[in-house]
Amino acid sequence: MGVKLASERPGFSEMEDVNFTDSELVYHVRDALRSVTLGDSNSYNELIGVIHHTEYLTPDEVALLVTSLKALSGAVSCIDIAHHDSLLSSIFRMSMWSYGPDVMDALVELIISLAASSGKYIDSCLDMLVSNFMPPHYFLALLKQPRGLARKDQVLHRVHSALRDIADLVPLAPLRLLPIILQKMPNVYSKEPMIVIYVENMLRLESGAMGELVGSMILCAVVDRLIDLDVEIEWEDILQDDFSKGIFEMELEDVEETLDDDEQEGDELPRESSSWRRFRGNVVAEKLDSLLVLMFEHLRSCNDVGRLSNVFETLLQSFKQTVMKAHKSKFSQFVMFYACSLDPGNCGVRFADILADIFTGSVSPPDVRMSAVAYLASYLSRAKFLPASFVVNILQRLVGWCWKYTESQDGDINPDAHRVFYSGCQAIMYVLCFRMRSIMDVHRMKSQLFLMPVEALLKHPLSPLKVCLPSIVEEFLRQAKAAHLFTVSETFVFNDLLESEHSRAFGGKERLDMFFPFDPCLLRKSDRYIRPNFVYWSMVRTTYDDDDEEGSSDEDVVDGFMGRSVENIAGDAMAASFEEHDLDLDEFDYSMNKMSITPKNSSNFRFGSELYGSAMRMPSRIRPSTSPESL
Amino acid sequence: MEGLKVSDAKLVVYMHPSKANKASQAILRELSSLLFKFNETFDGVVLAYDVNIHSKTTKILPGIHPYFGVRLQAKLLLFNPKPGMLLEGEVVKLGQQSIHVIVLGFASAIITEEDIREEFKYKLKHDEEVFTSTSHKRHKIKVGTVLRFVAKSFDEEILHISGSLLPAHTGSARWLDKNKGDWSCADRSSKKRKESEEMRQLDNVSVDEATSLMNTDHRRKKSKIHNVDS
Repeated sequence: MGVKLASERPGFSEMEDVNFTDSELVYHVRDALRSVTLGDSNSYNELIGVIHHTEYLTPDEVALLVTSLKALSGAVSCIDIAHHDSLLSSIFRMSMWSYGPDVMDALVELIISLAASSGKYIDSCLDMLVSNFMPPHYFLALLKQPRGLARKDQVLHRVHSALRDIADLVPLAPLRLLPIILQKMPNVYSKEPMIVIYVENMLRLESGAMGELVGSMILCAVVDRLIDLDVEIEWEDILQDDFSKGIFEMELEDVEETLDDDEQEGDELPRESSSWRRFRGNVVAEKLDSLLVLMFEHLRSCNDVGRLSNVFETLLQSFKQTVMKAHKSKFSQFVMFYACSLDPGNCGVRFADILADIFTGSVSPPDVRMSAVAYLASYLSRAKFLPASFVVNILQRLVGWCWKYTESQDGDINPDAHRVFYSGCQAIMYVLCFRMRSIMDVHRMKSQLFLMPVEALLKHPLSPLKVCLPSIVEEFLRQAKAAHLFTVSETFVFNDLLESEHSRAFGGKERLDMFFPFDPCLLRKSDRYIRPNFVYWSMVRTTYDDDDEEGSSDEDVVDGFMGRSVENIAGDAMAASFEEHDLDLDEFDYSMNKMSITPKNSSNFRFGSELYGSAMRMPSRIRPSTSPESL
Repeated sequence: MEGLKVSDAKLVVYMHPSKANKASQAILRELSSLLFKFNETFDGVVLAYDVNIHSKTTKILPGIHPYFGVRLQAKLLLFNPKPGMLLEGEVVKLGQQSIHVIVLGFASAIITEEDIREEFKYKLKHDEEVFTSTSHKRHKIKVGTVLRFVAKSFDEEILHISGSLLPAHTGSARWLDKNKGDWSCADRSSKKRKESEEMRQLDNVSVDEATSLMNTDHRRKKSKIHNVDS
């Protein structure tokens, strides 16, 4: 090969004392390339040899590689796609992660020159850069170390600026880039660090200069991948296996486990609820968890620069097309929850409005409308950042629609035919279980609620009280009575049932009667983002609470746990103290776990009884029906 | 600038029944999907369209999905640079081996060293890369210059143009317009004379489609084109 080391290195003066300028090097490379067509491949093969050499490069070899790459950049016009096929494939196979910054720079320069020189190489150049989003497999272990991270910074900075430079020179490049990115996205079975780093790069592109052109497709693709992972998580991973016990006995067991942990006070291990422990080994859940965290961080940075509303529109589209259509998405919907929490006045309101529109509109099929109202009910109940006044307005819309529906029906109870109606009624009751107290506390909202035809609606011959989930109906009636909203003359005897034959009927095959999408997030890392904005049932003040909320120490919490009925008070105290002091998150975990998410049962519950501290059977976890046929 | 033409086209756009209540939106969407792609039927890259929907009624196709076809008339702005045409674009990158230009904001063009005439010499002045003419000191090409060059080839898929600065009437557009006298009777070597003759021949071949200036002299071409789209 005619290229000698550039003479600026004094250490190599023992080599032939020949000075080559940059342009002379370029001409040498051009000669090498041209002679291939004439049959002489010697110099050409030497050139390929230099490029192939990746392992343990000495400084000489590094310099040689840099020089060769730079010379090639100048000679791109002489590269022929057919004759120089092996050279091109060697170049496109190079991984920037294996080299130092000098080689990276020279390689990037070459790739940009190739891309700009002819339309033939654009796809391969973009492909090569996208492949460099991920490190080679041997590098994965290094990623956790500081020098691995430093290398990652160097590589990704250059990859993204190369993509920008190519887009500047070839304006239509982003159009070609998009399908390449989508096609090379790792599937759900790839290793977690690979998926995470690839998605990290995708989100970086979304917020970068090309964001306007490729951003929305990228976000949709990420949400698609979230759903793919979501769907892979089995229900069995979330639930206990033993269905013979009642639901709240399962809860008891849950809490007993954490009790044991409590006794190990001196332990350094972070407290986790048993549900989180169940998930720890689940690889798919961990991938989903990491990706959700990436999305949350991305949304947070979008909000910081003020572009969250635009991004939110894309997320809404994606939600309607992908998340809502997935059968009972488990955690992916928390992306919407978090986005709303960042900008409640704008995004938070818009999300609720859109869901209400889908439910009250006549365009979507019934299942979609039922799903929308289930999302809406769960969202309005769990979002701490939504003011009660807004919730009342949405409730008014729902009640209005349901009321109008009854006016056009004169039939009797029929769970299947009127299932959209029943899902609407159940949503209204569910939201009121969470919010009734706060609505009643404000005079204006209280009168607004009293003006709504809730009583007439629920007492209509269509009998929503008989059809909707008994646990919800019970809780609602109890609160409604305490608030003097209305009373029922018949006693509903539900026998501690969570569900009934009627509710199963209206829920249909998909069991949309038992769909509470924003129940507490069971993924550990994501939950940290959600928790500050989340309403746990134990935090809710109900209308039948005594007004005596004074202080509770941790002692009370433990006592309450033992069976005394102070959960709500303790809950309030916990909620209050969380606001007052800046509780360390671990400490908070610890205290939250001492009270289970669903309050304890008391099997003596009878509707209408004055027994204080009876069970609240709020179905506050996502779980499928315990009846065999639905599994 | 050559290579642009406006064509009149009679089109039929077939639409899925779900779009029946928002037909105009669907039509515009359909036409927008043609933009910035080379279209064989229209013989050019569609840059812009201006559409007139005349008919109030449409025909419904028989079949499993009753698509309906809307007839419309559209003016299409098409771009198809043939070899030998004179194009203009802004220089975005300059190097000793090549000049990179963007034409009409979307097409990338490259002029390699071999296609830059001897007259221009590459210089690095005060960290700025420049091609300066040796015969006319004020004739400079640098980043940001609007460059006039001759098209050599056009890659229809990626819309990439390969260009040449060999002919005498190419270079910085502003300088060429100001100094019309200087270059039209500039010293020509026999090589350059031969090149300009070749170009004139190419011009004759493409005279049907070439327009001399943008916005004037439209050629009307009526063609009935069917587009089956969903």
